[in-house]
Amino acid sequence: MTPAVLVLRDGRVFRGRALGAVGEASGEVIFNTAMTGYQEILTDPSYRGQIVMMTYPLIGNYGVNPEDVESRRPWANGFIVKEASPIASSFRASMGLDEYLAAHGIVGLQGIDTRALTRHLRDHGAQDGIVSSVEPDPARLLERARALRGLVGRDLVAEVTTEAPFAWAEGGWELGRGYVAPVAPRFRVVAYDCGAKWNILRQLRMAGCDVTVVPAATPAAEILERRPDGLFLSNGPGDPEGVPYLVASVRALLGRLPIFGICLGHQILGLAGGGRTYKLPFGHHGANHPVKDLATGKVEITAQNHGFAVAPDSLAAHGWEPTHVNLNDGTCEGLRHREWPVFSVQYHPEASPGPHDASYLFHRFTDLLARKGG
Amino acid sequence: MPKRTDLRKILIVGSGPIVIGQACEFDYSGTQAVKALREEGFEVVLVNSNPATIMTDPELAQRTYVEPLTPEFVAKIIERERPQALLPTLGGQTGLNLAVALAEDGTLDRFGVELIGAKLPAIKKAEDRALFKQAMERIGLALPRSGYVRSLDEARAIVRQIGYPAIIRPSFTLGGTGGSIAYNPEELEEAIRWGLQMSPVGTVLVEESVIGWKEFELEVMRDLADNVVIICSIENVDPMGVHTGDSVTVAPAQTLTDKEYQLMRDAAIAIIREIGVETGGSNIQFAVNPEDGRLVVIEMNPRVSRSSALASKATGFPIAKIAAKLAVGYTLDEIRNDITRETPASFEPAIDYCVVKFPRWAFEKFPEADRTLTTQMKSVGEVMAIGRTFKEALQKAIRSLEQDRWALTLGRATDAEELRALLRVPNPDRIFAIGDAYRAGFSTQEIHGLTRIDPWFLEGIREIALFEPEIARAALDDADVLRRAKQLGFADRRIAELTGTSEAAVRRLRRERGILATFKTVDTCAAEFVAHTPYLYSTYEEEDEAPPTGRPKVVILGSGPNRIGQGVEFDYCCVHAAFALRDLGVEAIMVNCNPETVSTDYDTSDRLYFEPLTLEDVLNVVEKERPLGVIVQFGGQTPLKLAVPLREAGVPILGTSPDAIDRAEDRQRFNELIVELGLHQAAGATARSLPEAQAIATGIGYPVLVRPSYVLGGRAMRLVYDDEDLREYMREAVLVSPEHPVLIDKFLEDAIEIDVDAVADGERVIVGGVMEHIEKAGVHSGDAACALPPYSLGEDQVRQLATEARALARALGVVGLINVQFAIRNEIVYVLEVNPRASRTVPFVSKAIGLPLAKVATAAMLGHPIVPHAWVEERELAHIAVKESVFPFVKFPGVDIVLGPEMKSTGEVMGIDRDFRKAYLKSQIAADSVLPTSGKVFVSVKNRDKRLVMTLAKRLVEMGFSLVATAGTARVLERHGMSVELVHKVAEAYRPNVIDLMKRGEIALVLNTPEDGRARRDSYMIRRTAVTQHIPYYLTMDGAQTAIGAIEALLKGELQVLSLQEYHGAAR
Repeated sequence: MTPAVLVLRDGRVFRGRALGAVGEASGEVIFNTAMTGYQEILTDPSYRGQIVMMTYPLIGNYGVNPEDVESRRPWANGFIVKEASPIASSFRASMGLDEYLAAHGIVGLQGIDTRALTRHLRDHGAQDGIVSSVEPDPARLLERARALRGLVGRDLVAEVTTEAPFAWAEGGWELGRGYVAPVAPRFRVVAYDCGAKWNILRQLRMAGCDVTVVPAATPAAEILERRPDGLFLSNGPGDPEGVPYLVASVRALLGRLPIFGICLGHQILGLAGGGRTYKLPFGHHGANHPVKDLATGKVEITAQNHGFAVAPDSLAAHGWEPTHVNLNDGTCEGLRHREWPVFSVQYHPEASPGPHDASYLFHRFTDLLARKGG
Repeated sequence: MPKRTDLRKILIVGSGPIVIGQACEFDYSGTQAVKALREEGFEVVLVNSNPATIMTDPELAQRTYVEPLTPEFVAKIIERERPQALLPTLGGQTGLNLAVALAEDGTLDRFGVELIGAKLPAIKKAEDRALFKQAMERIGLALPRSGYVRSLDEARAIVRQIGYPAIIRPSFTLGGTGGSIAYNPEELEEAIRWGLQMSPVGTVLVEESVIGWKEFELEVMRDLADNVVIICSIENVDPMGVHTGDSVTVAPAQTLTDKEYQLMRDAAIAIIREIGVETGGSNIQFAVNPEDGRLVVIEMNPRVSRSSALASKATGFPIAKIAAKLAVGYTLDEIRNDITRETPASFEPAIDYCVVKFPRWAFEKFPEADRTLTTQMKSVGEVMAIGRTFKEALQKAIRSLEQDRWALTLGRATDAEELRALLRVPNPDRIFAIGDAYRAGFSTQEIHGLTRIDPWFLEGIREIALFEPEIARAALDDADVLRRAKQLGFADRRIAELTGTSEAAVRRLRRERGILATFKTVDTCAAEFVAHTPYLYSTYEEEDEAPPTGRPKVVILGSGPNRIGQGVEFDYCCVHAAFALRDLGVEAIMVNCNPETVSTDYDTSDRLYFEPLTLEDVLNVVEKERPLGVIVQFGGQTPLKLAVPLREAGVPILGTSPDAIDRAEDRQRFNELIVELGLHQAAGATARSLPEAQAIATGIGYPVLVRPSYVLGGRAMRLVYDDEDLREYMREAVLVSPEHPVLIDKFLEDAIEIDVDAVADGERVIVGGVMEHIEKAGVHSGDAACALPPYSLGEDQVRQLATEARALARALGVVGLINVQFAIRNEIVYVLEVNPRASRTVPFVSKAIGLPLAKVATAAMLGHPIVPHAWVEERELAHIAVKESVFPFVKFPGVDIVLGPEMKSTGEVMGIDRDFRKAYLKSQIAADSVLPTSGKVFVSVKNRDKRLVMTLAKRLVEMGFSLVATAGTARVLERHGMSVELVHKVAEAYRPNVIDLMKRGEIALVLNTPEDGRARRDSYMIRRTAVTQHIPYYLTMDGAQTAIGAIEALLKGELQVLSLQEYHGAAR
């Protein structure tokens, strides 16, 4: 077994064994508390720039398969687990985790005390780090880790967005049938791709939307030229302040189209609407976060993955109101505009991985589109 | 939604005695619920017939009724107490069935009592399989194909559609009682007959087999605002076909992709909504076809279950407590998560470890029973272990079982054929056989083919088994190998075995190399938030996150898995020790591995270590915590066995010294003590070989009582009548405990047996209770019924017993609890045994006298004098309490039900009243032996009892019963002028015989005293039929006599209910 090491910016070192590709990877080290869904997590473009550590210690048990992907490739900069399963036990598996990571050049680390790392990140904040199975000297790695730029202000969206517009066709997943043919679309929706998870597009399609995915740098005028019924702002990696061009485009579209934003899309809306965003100490990454819908009082268990959040009070003066709140830490989980047909959530109603409690939001969006159209 | 203000008083129903399928997990859930409701300011009325529970502590609820759990008794309680609501979902199937009965007979309506948690329609929908099936169809979920039958013909018709094997599930039974699998028409016939008999409503479900599919459970909670969360997923290592209570299970689920898991989660949420369980926890079981992921629903329990107790312990989320709060109107987001303090209860716990539950069977107690595991639960207890990996948790679990198993091996030579057989048919040894199969070169594919166990679990076992040669080769020299071994969960003891050294040497080596256990927290959130509750487990990782506090502290060692002879009674004592320590301002540290218990609730003690009770694991805790001392006398034999090794390791033992314990256990030293005090004991001696044993037995004369030394629950204890018996026994007993000799005592025939429980502080001794057994000597004290205060002894005799108990306690220097067993024969008091530790009867005595002895004993161990409690000795009780035992015979076809010196009961009930006969009657009803007031009594007694049976028979006739007997007994009765209906013996060819009569429901009561020794096989069928036909039976003359007294009381007057608080208030 090849030894491998994680060195954090603050000097903490974890020694383990290599997993996946042998090499070196750097990024912001974060932890995710979801107990299932590692393949979806690896392929979620929002993890660009991050080294993902799973708090559940036994990862890879069911291998990987061609279906459970959220984009065309894994995006996480690195992957850390307590114990990677040597076998893939599932009728759907096509290969093992180690093989998959190696095939995609993802540098991994296993066999470390992941709970200790979680506690460290919880207490000292998510921070840059380097995983290496080629450089044995932690001092050198520490030097390099200290030189890393972090996520704040960086444009990671540019690394993951589509190069050219494309039409989305796939619907939702069913056991034994895979991704089913969706119903005939009723609405035309343009989706800004900041690193969209495919399941969002699938869910939009299932809700009756004909979705065209466009690059994040598409100017507002081009969006309007497409004459869509509505606009969708996708999830994506990093700091919303790193993509000022998209904020500007959205600002120009506010009030002109019904808009639905998820995660980074929610933050972009927040900035476009005149508000402020800030970095959370270690973010929310998992599948068990309780969110309360302030209108109904109902609690939904949500999938989450974000390191930044919107400060809702910064938006109050601009006609926005919070719609959802995180019950763990009181952070803003949803916004809507009082006059315009615009709303957004910080969490992931498309799940994948995670609970389906919030899938109603896609219908909330199509209801808006229907009202607008009718 | 805030708490309801229209409710003031709430009735909680417990689950009654511990039986297979329903154990102390319901004490845990009930106790949590009572605490939670009191915390919210409600007045709580509790009813449970089981005195060994924490929930029946008079301090816990405002009104505590230890009364039989029947609709009649609970209706009386409702009439007296007039609660506004009944919470039925925390008392297991018993509590739920009782609530249904009270709702259906109109009692709840009559007194305006609302069912909270689950309403009647929801309970019916979940429990009635036909309604459940319809409900599942409505929400588009599949069940295995099935049909409901009332006869064999109907069953055959269903099987023609679904094919063999077919699963047989009787309606409305507990723990799968009466369930089985039929592989062919012959087995179907047997299975249907048995199933129909077992079902109280005479219906059985015949179901498509999904044997070999993967089995999962989800623990679901819902509140009045319709918020639903999944607390925990559980995956069964043993696939479908083995009752989940008999399966090794793992939390969380390991082999489902997120997509598959979410389908199951969606299904669970849809189910709880469709069934309409308003609030609280439910358990839903699923099967998944490993070939294509097809999901079918198996069943739903609309209540807190054994699995919810496991899920609570596995996640740190207190399901029962939250369920109680939801039932009174709170929503999940209004309840705080105790562990994080900051976050609400409306979330789904994230686990960052692996939990393994392993069942504990008691087949050694029932050698005739079939060890095959099927859909009817057979285990009597379970352990849970926590590790960072499945492998670590599995290995911790097997050593937690306390079956002297330290590795995944059968520990004996086998061949490939035997291994294949052990893998193919589910049995308690299967997991161990898998280890040996790998050692024998089997492939995962082959083992999977035989067991259908998911290859992921098999790989884990493979890695463990195949690492052993590496340990043997290098663990002593290579620190990395040693560390790896510990991370795989290997016990020091196994490493020592493999490397040919001692456990102590391995421990020393580990310390030198810095390979030490680290402790991690169970915190519901995978460390995302700070945990405030030190609920800990050990592992071999980098960081230990739970430094000890600077406070003075005491470690309490628990009692491990429930088993026959060591059950909830000992957990009760440990919990009281924790309470007492808290009262004294000393930090209470609990070590235990039984997920069903109150002691492993994270708020019972100040710190909880969920760890195996082995020397290694306990030393890990003690070395870290450096306590004032360790309490070993409350957890039964489990911690007691550790007393000497712990002391040798320099650990202070609180209370009675290990030397005093040894003095009571060691035959030679004990004899000296008895002589020194001028007391009597039955003649006896110690034998180390068969010739020696024969010489002793001949010397003192048969019958003799034989047993290995150092046992609890009469393990392998037997009454031996002749030389042949003795030879047979010695062959087995020597196998039972090779390190210890066999004790042979003169059996005191026809002696009255007495138990005395006392507490001492080194100077003063307070006798808590003197209990007179109903059955004469020969029945294990754990199985015998007994009364407190004694019902037939003279005051001088009681005084003498107390005096002797005091003398023994003083001589041994007891600090804490002591139990002495006496026999009185021909006016001579014999000391049978002395146990300087908590006995099984401590909770019973405590409830009967109104003084928690274990608490007093704990204070004594910390140097507090017991004098302030001496009032209890002076007090005249105005009531009498009777303890009766409950047996698992119905689960074990083929096992004789005659009692002897080896304990067989799983649980106990208490009957309490001002009149002994009524107290006894209540104990019988509570033990589900409902005495008749009219009908035919079948009488068949051994020759020695024929004289005595006259009086009994006369009394029965006078009360209006008629008598049925076979020739021998009939002749005697007729000679005394009684008319007797003559029936044929089973052995005779003529029909109808007595069995036919019993099966036709013509016999209301069976009095059968079997011949001694091997001769009793003749009447075996009569006793088995009484069990399966649910006919009350008495197998001793003493029992019969007392029962007849009880019937007289029943005929004369109505039974009343009274709370413990009222009994004790009146006595004071």
